[in-house]
Amino acid sequence: MLSFILIFIAAVFFTGIIVRTKSMASGRKGPGILQPIKDVIRLFRKGAVYSQTTSFIFQIAPTIYFSSVVMAMLVVPFGQYKGFISFSGDFIFFAYILALGKFFSILSAMDTGSSFEGMGASREALYSMLAEPAFFILMGSLALLTGHTSFQEIFSALHIGSYITYALAILATFVLLMIAMIENSRMPIDDPKTHLELTMIHEVMILDNSGFDLGLILTAGYLKFAIYGALIVNLFIGVFPYGYTIPLFFIIQFSVAITIGLIESFMARFRMGHNAQFIFALTSVSLLIFFGALLILGKFI
Amino acid sequence: MNYTTVLNMQTITISMIPEISYETFFELNTVFITNHAERHCVNYFGYKIENHIKLICCIADDDKHEIYVSSCVVEANASLRSFSSIHLCFEKFEREIHENFGINYTGHPWLKPVRYAFNRFDLSKTIANYPFYSIDSEELHEVGVGPIHAGVIEPGHFRFICNGEQILHLEIQLGYQHRGIEQLFLEKKNLLQRTALAESIAGDTVVGHTTAFSHVWESLCDFKTTKDIEFARTIALELERIAIHTGDLSAVCADVAYQLGSSVFGRLRTPIINFMQEWGGNRLSKGLIRPGRNQFPFNQTLADRLKVVLDTFEPDFNEMCTQLFKLPSASSRFERTGVVSYEDVLSIGTVGLSARMSGLSRDIRISHPYSLYPEIKHEPIIKHHGDVYSRVQIRKSEVQQSIQYLRQLIENIPEYNQSEQLLKTPQPDSFAISLVEGWRGEICHCAITDAKGDLIIYKIKDPSFHNWLALAMAVRNNEISDFPICNKSFNLSYCGHDL
Repeated sequence: MLSFILIFIAAVFFTGIIVRTKSMASGRKGPGILQPIKDVIRLFRKGAVYSQTTSFIFQIAPTIYFSSVVMAMLVVPFGQYKGFISFSGDFIFFAYILALGKFFSILSAMDTGSSFEGMGASREALYSMLAEPAFFILMGSLALLTGHTSFQEIFSALHIGSYITYALAILATFVLLMIAMIENSRMPIDDPKTHLELTMIHEVMILDNSGFDLGLILTAGYLKFAIYGALIVNLFIGVFPYGYTIPLFFIIQFSVAITIGLIESFMARFRMGHNAQFIFALTSVSLLIFFGALLILGKFI
Repeated sequence: MNYTTVLNMQTITISMIPEISYETFFELNTVFITNHAERHCVNYFGYKIENHIKLICCIADDDKHEIYVSSCVVEANASLRSFSSIHLCFEKFEREIHENFGINYTGHPWLKPVRYAFNRFDLSKTIANYPFYSIDSEELHEVGVGPIHAGVIEPGHFRFICNGEQILHLEIQLGYQHRGIEQLFLEKKNLLQRTALAESIAGDTVVGHTTAFSHVWESLCDFKTTKDIEFARTIALELERIAIHTGDLSAVCADVAYQLGSSVFGRLRTPIINFMQEWGGNRLSKGLIRPGRNQFPFNQTLADRLKVVLDTFEPDFNEMCTQLFKLPSASSRFERTGVVSYEDVLSIGTVGLSARMSGLSRDIRISHPYSLYPEIKHEPIIKHHGDVYSRVQIRKSEVQQSIQYLRQLIENIPEYNQSEQLLKTPQPDSFAISLVEGWRGEICHCAITDAKGDLIIYKIKDPSFHNWLALAMAVRNNEISDFPICNKSFNLSYCGHDL
């Protein structure tokens, strides 16, 4: 319950902070922190326009996408406090409920019959496929390390105290941050600001969505960001009491947003062909975590 | 002699251009270019005389600083051997002649429509039934982009044939911007109207095209320009080059999602165009250049202002360039992207920046100098790789070079010539040609007058006319997501091509 509310609050500010950081880094004032939410509210008041070439898939996909993200949000714990749903193996549920949503958004992009959207769908499918092993090796290693298989048990049993665990925490943060960037189509994988359809990944898939549907997709994107931020927070908060963890939650979410904003301001995005290589490299970082876990457990050497 | 030799901005009577048979005409002009990288076709066009078509071909020699003009009269429905069968650089000129007069060429790769002129020969060829090249394959897919541009700049349709993410072939269909400018030049009799038309040929090359028009007109009217007029034009041309190149650097950065570069270069362009506003009252330099007049004399006060503008511009520009070129993520996008080889640019016959990127030195400022360029002793900036990186580097270096020229020029401002001479009427039965190096490359304007001195044909050629094909070649075998950055690094004009 607690994590659900906290993630929701973080999602309200997250994208606004990224946009504001980018504006300030380029010497502009930038829109208010709440502008993305205001945009979504405006979209929610509108009706959607459907192309005649699309089928019912296109109409239900945004709702499924949005609900999949909300479902995923339900399993995320807050340190020792369970999410709404918690059972052993829930991190697999988490990954695949998100994948289900993505599957439908890919289907709906193909449904429009536009060559742009087909291109975006193929890219999105490829990159999420490549990012999947990184996430599972990471969570698998943490499960191995703690001997538990649900989010809440893993995170409450996780103690950061030795040098190796520090290293693991840093690597895990990096992997989760990068997966968040890939899942949300941010730089350096994708450029959310571009107007050029040929270079887009996620944006090009939602070109035909409008009004309420677009609002749902955007909201789901904001939530997704905060969910990954929450996972990173969970790595660190362990079993501390509320008084420390709630401020820590917001501080970490805030710094993640600022980091993303800075990355987006001061580097160019990757060439599309290099993306696959980069995403796959995340898997090898996850493998390092796996070996670290083996090392700690004494099963290695 | 089968041809006549003219210099840039020279007027000759039309009878001085020898009329030769098509076989000799064909032989002469193709041999001119064979194995001569320094020669290229600057203009090749036809016009109607009663029921015949008169073809005029102008070949420029960059080493000898001369232009060879020859002509030939053919029947309207003739079937002729195509120049393009020998040299691809004539390809578009012949397509245009075919479109306007129905002359059939044998040995031409594909006589596709160019710009759908209102009075074209075959009205059944419309923009809706353009014959696209297509490949029938299960493996490949086509991606159509446009005619509405993603950034809503100008319309043009791009059709890619792709194998997954890789581009196999790109076809560029233009003509959406055709406004009939050449025809309007004949219909509008007022000089001011014509100047305004010249300013509207391409909105980003206002100074370039207006200078070319002014040179043609002054040459036709036998007007000797004073130094202060040419001084203002040279300053304006270099300022335009700085402004557009800086804006393009900003756009290239935006296309690789490098936000810092995009916003800094974007900001830097503003003081330059604001200076144009201070000088001539318009940020796009409209109204600044007028044939036979120094509309806005460049004085010491403006020179001091320009000095201040450049002094604040230069350090920021250099710093941002250093940042951009040492950024690994940007270099990885620029290097080896959109390569056009020397052999390709030579056979396509590109001009300006699109030639200099691959080691082909084509710069009218040195090969056919005009205005104050003989005094400046310009040295063209040549790169050799023909990729996006070369094009971006040329832009950077040309901006720095233009700043040096401006500093040098404003050291010595010529006196404003108060006694304004009046323009005479154009000479009758004459042919005039003018070449100007705009920021994009060579601009060529040709005019022919009748027995009363009225214009009977006004022919405009924007550098984009040559260079669009280079873009299509550049993107082959590249990723489709690299197309926008290739396109932006060329930054060709749609309306300059479509006229």
